[in-house]
Amino acid sequence: MALQSAAIQPRSSNLSRILSRWAESRNALGFGFMLPAAVLLLVFLTYPLGLGVWLGFTDARIGRPGIFIGLENYEYLWSDAVFWLSVFNTLLYTISASILKFVLGLWLALILNQNLPFKSFFRAIVLLPWVVPTVLSAIAFWWIYDAQFSILSWALQQMGLIDHRINFLGDPTNARASVIAANVWRGIPFVAITLLAGLQTIPQSLYEAATLDGASRWQLFRYVTLPLLTPIIAITMTFSVLFTFTDFQLIYVLTRGGPVNATHLMATLSFQRGISGGQLGEGAAIAVAMIPFLLAAILFSYFGLQRRKWQQGGGD
Amino acid sequence: MASVAIGEVYKSFGTVEVLHGVSVNIDDGEFVTLVGPSGCGKSTLLRMIAGLEKISRGQIAIGERVVNNVAPKERDVAMVFQNYALYPHMTVAENMAFSLMLKGVSKAESDAGVRRAAEILGLVPLLSRYPRQLSGGQRQRVAMGRAIVRDPQVFLFDEPLSNLDAKLRVQMRAEIKELHQRLKTTTVYVTHDQIEAMTMADKIVVMHDGVVEQIGPPLELYDRPNNLFVASFIGSPAMNLLKGAIAADGPPSFLGAGGISVPLAAPLPIGSGEPVVLGIRPEHLRLSDQGIPVTVVVVEPTGSEVQLIGRTAGGEEIVANFRERHSFTPGETIRLSAEPGLIHLFNGETGQRLETRSRQ
Repeated sequence: MALQSAAIQPRSSNLSRILSRWAESRNALGFGFMLPAAVLLLVFLTYPLGLGVWLGFTDARIGRPGIFIGLENYEYLWSDAVFWLSVFNTLLYTISASILKFVLGLWLALILNQNLPFKSFFRAIVLLPWVVPTVLSAIAFWWIYDAQFSILSWALQQMGLIDHRINFLGDPTNARASVIAANVWRGIPFVAITLLAGLQTIPQSLYEAATLDGASRWQLFRYVTLPLLTPIIAITMTFSVLFTFTDFQLIYVLTRGGPVNATHLMATLSFQRGISGGQLGEGAAIAVAMIPFLLAAILFSYFGLQRRKWQQGGGD
Repeated sequence: MASVAIGEVYKSFGTVEVLHGVSVNIDDGEFVTLVGPSGCGKSTLLRMIAGLEKISRGQIAIGERVVNNVAPKERDVAMVFQNYALYPHMTVAENMAFSLMLKGVSKAESDAGVRRAAEILGLVPLLSRYPRQLSGGQRQRVAMGRAIVRDPQVFLFDEPLSNLDAKLRVQMRAEIKELHQRLKTTTVYVTHDQIEAMTMADKIVVMHDGVVEQIGPPLELYDRPNNLFVASFIGSPAMNLLKGAIAADGPPSFLGAGGISVPLAAPLPIGSGEPVVLGIRPEHLRLSDQGIPVTVVVVEPTGSEVQLIGRTAGGEEIVANFRERHSFTPGETIRLSAEPGLIHLFNGETGQRLETRSRQ
């Protein structure tokens, strides 16, 4: 009896000692708290990403697992004119839409930063395009760009500016401009509101000091607003570029990549080849091909724009 | 350098009028402080001189020129802000050269100007640093350097020392004063700290609720406050103020709460029986055999002096400063008096000063 209890006791106290050590350890506790988030990230981000990269190296099709074929998919894409067209389209789409979003968004932010009547009302209104689900606004744009019932064509005709309807989505150049316009409309609120938040962190006294120093309105913008806003601009535009580069919904609703692939982006092409066409491996390879571009954008913004010498050093 | 003439200036924000007709004349080269409690309109007045606020009525002239409708940058004034307003993305040198660059001054000339100002303020080793890398006092100095570089007609300071710790404040106070003695530029300095105002100014403007209460040299304000507000605002610890009335009969004297009686110098400036407020500065109170009976509440020896906080029979607090090292015990009753010539009298209804003696 005595022997038995002596044999059991150390074991249970060992267990409780381990448990209590775990409960008191900062590292174990921190790990425990991170675990749920880590599981979510692993399951919904890391696993699909890894699977995508893996599929890119296989000839998987829908319903067939496929085998490892090395770089064959990429070799095929390298000589695929449509793939290169989609790369060109994506770059054109991203660069022109981002520039427009930046210029117009900054302009809007500067206007909203003034003391306007009904200021908060306008700020709320501006967010609308961002709040509406993309597919819904894309359908609205589909009607705006409709070959027969386009309100734009109708309005311009009524004003006597054009004499026949504009073929918005049927002509390659028009289609590209149209989808870019729709993307810009949708993306401006994000840029405007984040830049507005940035503008409001600039102390009024800096503008007053610069005014007394003799700065004109343009010089206030050039020497005070712009430099102090650069870190926010970098972050905002990085996100904006990433959103635009990976855009799918707008194109899919408006043009499905047409006409003659003129508006096919890498994302839509990847979906078309991988899901609609069933070539999972090839679709995945196209998607993976987007990663270098995205990484380049992030690195450029991180090293080029976000870190400013004047932001470093002692705090306040 | 130039004089500044502020004539009957009013300022309203919407329906709220914050300045009700302020007139101040500032001579060429003078150091003037605007002092008053927060919300008295002193910063607004300064910002109107700078051109950062519109003038609702009245006029402000810098030198010979009325500047009501002159843009801030045309006024040739430099301002030092409470939070310094240094451009965080520019080095110290760039901050100081900014106004010169906007003016289109050549690089060599601007460098020389920055160098000169930096030497005056001891900023030369810091010229290539960013504001974030500076301490509060250094930032303060850069803000002043930015003003000096421009060689303006008028310096404007908006509570420049209130973000510094007490020791640094005293040091910077002396530096600003020395700077003014050296440059002799007309200076308008806003502060809520009456010690700062007293120690630095050639002339103090005491403001309260949007009106000027009194204008004068520091010691005149101290010795002959125009009214109860100035009397209680200027001086630390503040002047003791006792409510009461002139005795109806007998020798001229003041009768206060709790049966206090203080003899006054003849002739009396106000009729017998009239309500008055009696003012005595803490350092003018002396121990005496007669005088106001005071119960000792707290004794604060500071080394250089002994400060006593007591209570009269009427329950009014009274503060006395002694250069001598008297020892008091809390609870004991002592008697305090002041020379009749050092006693101030204020009208009990209007709060205005009553002259107790003819001016020499």
